[in-house]
Amino acid sequence: MKFQAIQGEGWLLTKAEQLINWGRSRSPWPFPYGTACCGIELMCALASGYDMARFGAERVAFTPRQCDVLIEAGTITKKMVPVLKRIYAQMAEPKWVIAVGACACSGGVFRTYSTQQGIGSVIPVDIYIPGCPPRPEGILYALLKLIDKIEADHPLYKQRPKLIEALEAYK
Amino acid sequence: MSIQFSLKGKGGKGVAKQLETICITTGPVEVGDYVTLNIGPIHPAMHGTLRVITKTDGETIVSAKPEIGYLHRGVEKLGENLTYSQFLPITDRLNYCSAICNNVAYEMAVEKLLGLQVPPKAQLIRMIMMELARIADHQVCVGILGVDLGALTPFFYLIIQREEIYEIFEWHHGARLTNSMGAIGGVEADLPERFHEKWPKLRDTIRKANDETDKLLTHNRIWMDRTIGVNAFCADDALNWGFTGPMLRACGVKRDLRKEEPYLMYDEVNFEIPTGKHGDVFDRYMVRMLEMEESVKIIDQAYALYKELPEDAPLMKKVPKIIKPPEGQIYHAIESPNGELGFFIKSDGSDKPYRIKIRPPCYMVYQAFEDLVKGEMISDLIACLSSLNVIAGELDR
Amino acid sequence: MSLKDRVADILGKDLVALNEFRGDLCIEVPKGRIVQVLAKLKEEGGFDFLSDLFGVDNLDLYAKAAKKKKKSQEESEDTGETKGKESVQPRFEVIYLLLSLSTNERLQVMVRVPEDDLELPTVTGLWKAANWPEREVFDMFGIRFKGHPNLRRLLMWDEFQDHPLRKDYPLEGKGEERHLNYDIA
Repeated sequence: MKFQAIQGEGWLLTKAEQLINWGRSRSPWPFPYGTACCGIELMCALASGYDMARFGAERVAFTPRQCDVLIEAGTITKKMVPVLKRIYAQMAEPKWVIAVGACACSGGVFRTYSTQQGIGSVIPVDIYIPGCPPRPEGILYALLKLIDKIEADHPLYKQRPKLIEALEAYK
Repeated sequence: MSIQFSLKGKGGKGVAKQLETICITTGPVEVGDYVTLNIGPIHPAMHGTLRVITKTDGETIVSAKPEIGYLHRGVEKLGENLTYSQFLPITDRLNYCSAICNNVAYEMAVEKLLGLQVPPKAQLIRMIMMELARIADHQVCVGILGVDLGALTPFFYLIIQREEIYEIFEWHHGARLTNSMGAIGGVEADLPERFHEKWPKLRDTIRKANDETDKLLTHNRIWMDRTIGVNAFCADDALNWGFTGPMLRACGVKRDLRKEEPYLMYDEVNFEIPTGKHGDVFDRYMVRMLEMEESVKIIDQAYALYKELPEDAPLMKKVPKIIKPPEGQIYHAIESPNGELGFFIKSDGSDKPYRIKIRPPCYMVYQAFEDLVKGEMISDLIACLSSLNVIAGELDR
Repeated sequence: MSLKDRVADILGKDLVALNEFRGDLCIEVPKGRIVQVLAKLKEEGGFDFLSDLFGVDNLDLYAKAAKKKKKSQEESEDTGETKGKESVQPRFEVIYLLLSLSTNERLQVMVRVPEDDLELPTVTGLWKAANWPEREVFDMFGIRFKGHPNLRRLLMWDEFQDHPLRKDYPLEGKGEERHLNYDIA
């Protein structure tokens, strides 16, 4: 356990990362940002039929300061964009975003003057779920994919400064 | 009324002078002394993008200005650029809790413009599906009203029943939530075979879930304290503000478009119109619970009428592929779960509508919000907002 | 008495035009008299419920009609006589949908609003239900309502400049965005 363990791909570092990732991925507390029809499917996914709590999303946090995952379900209009940015900025690190539905991915059916054509240009999105609306199984699948993504993350690596730089560009 | 008490001899002479008399008044205070509380546009009451900017004097609300438009997607302008059949899926996204009612309202408006009469089998299928959608909408409304006031259990009971209704929708036209049911001219598919076995069981489970919710809530002391007397509204005011639907019926006005201007085959089925007395949150909740029961009765009768028709009765009227109605403008309204949902369509003879105007029922209700909650407390505002069943997709279009 | 006769009886001179289509009756009244007409219809006609209020932009309709007229003029080689009859029709219409609660009859009341005089008196004194619909007409078409308690934009954000439902505004917009002045900390 020399300096290699801290600077390179040492055993201690990877084990520590695995521990951190295990903790983070097993309890992704969601923030249900439900605006439109996809919000109803999100509600069904959180309810007893397709229970999302069994995957760790136990405490549905209604304040952005205490959540991990921002599940954006529904159309975002241009009037709403500053609100979305503000809520994303209020979330504490580490944070992830799931965009549920065609409207959140790319504007959906509404190619009009007042609809934001996809939230990817507003906040960094991790998982996109197509569908109008996607079935609740789709939202659960997305959560599982997010758990896989978190487990493959490298929180202690030197890649972090690059990621922070990319996030600053969004502000 | 004012209470005066003084703190003498505490914290030194200068501070004591300031703290000498602390006057608590419960009368009107000058402007500028209120606390501005902004609720929304994203808040836990799960109603989507509604924003209320309140000014409160302690807990009491002095003014509450709603702000809407956070889900304005330009549906009406989109309608001017799509053909009549292309606009049908867009109407789903208006009141997404009961999308079938929007579809049928739009189809009936275009059929009125064309001067068509739909065959009876299609009318009965539309009626059955619309009443199922009404039950589903009321289930989610009552469930969310419970969640907002802290009663989480009825939500889970009612959502399971909503999933059962979703199953029927999926068997019939393939989608759970955004149905796009039917077509201009009728219905595209007959009732699925599995519906005939499912319906007798489903009506019992719906009634059972409603009974369980009733047992948990209606005579519950906490529920009664939080909902009886909250936001009482008189009928004259309600009519002046343009209320329709359960909100108006809770104020005591017995008005339902299914009885006043019957459409489809509603004049051949018997059902009651539940009305309240005071227009408070409890009355709105009771009206919705009783309407669910009436909807089950309507579906039973419509189903009996459906079984009398021959198997090969036509489902759709012959409609040209590209619909070009004659020039003119009409307005057609139906009774959606929230109230009077109307479509005004102006046609200029081409294949695209010239102007579509949607009359959302919760629009007229939500503009009276300040009158409803003035003088109440903040937690009563939350109860009021839930009981209005404001669906942002319909409100903002 | 049928609805047509009753309405003609109550309004008398104020009735400019009357049109019936598929059972829906639409009447046109002069712009300056709209509040008096609606008050008369409310008290004497029994139309005590305002269902809806909205605007229509007739720009494309008149453009189409003008093109058709030009085409038919070219075909019939008629140059001098009909030129003087070309009138600029009022561009906008505002339609009030009334309902009589006792007899369940519906009525569409239409006023024409020319582009150079975009003002109408408000009817919030008669029905409080006209509050937000008038704000929406202002937001979407630019027609102002004199006497309205709170004439601000309703569906678009306050700093938005254009009027979206006009026919010369493109469907996909002109690339406007909303920016709020606060630091995201």
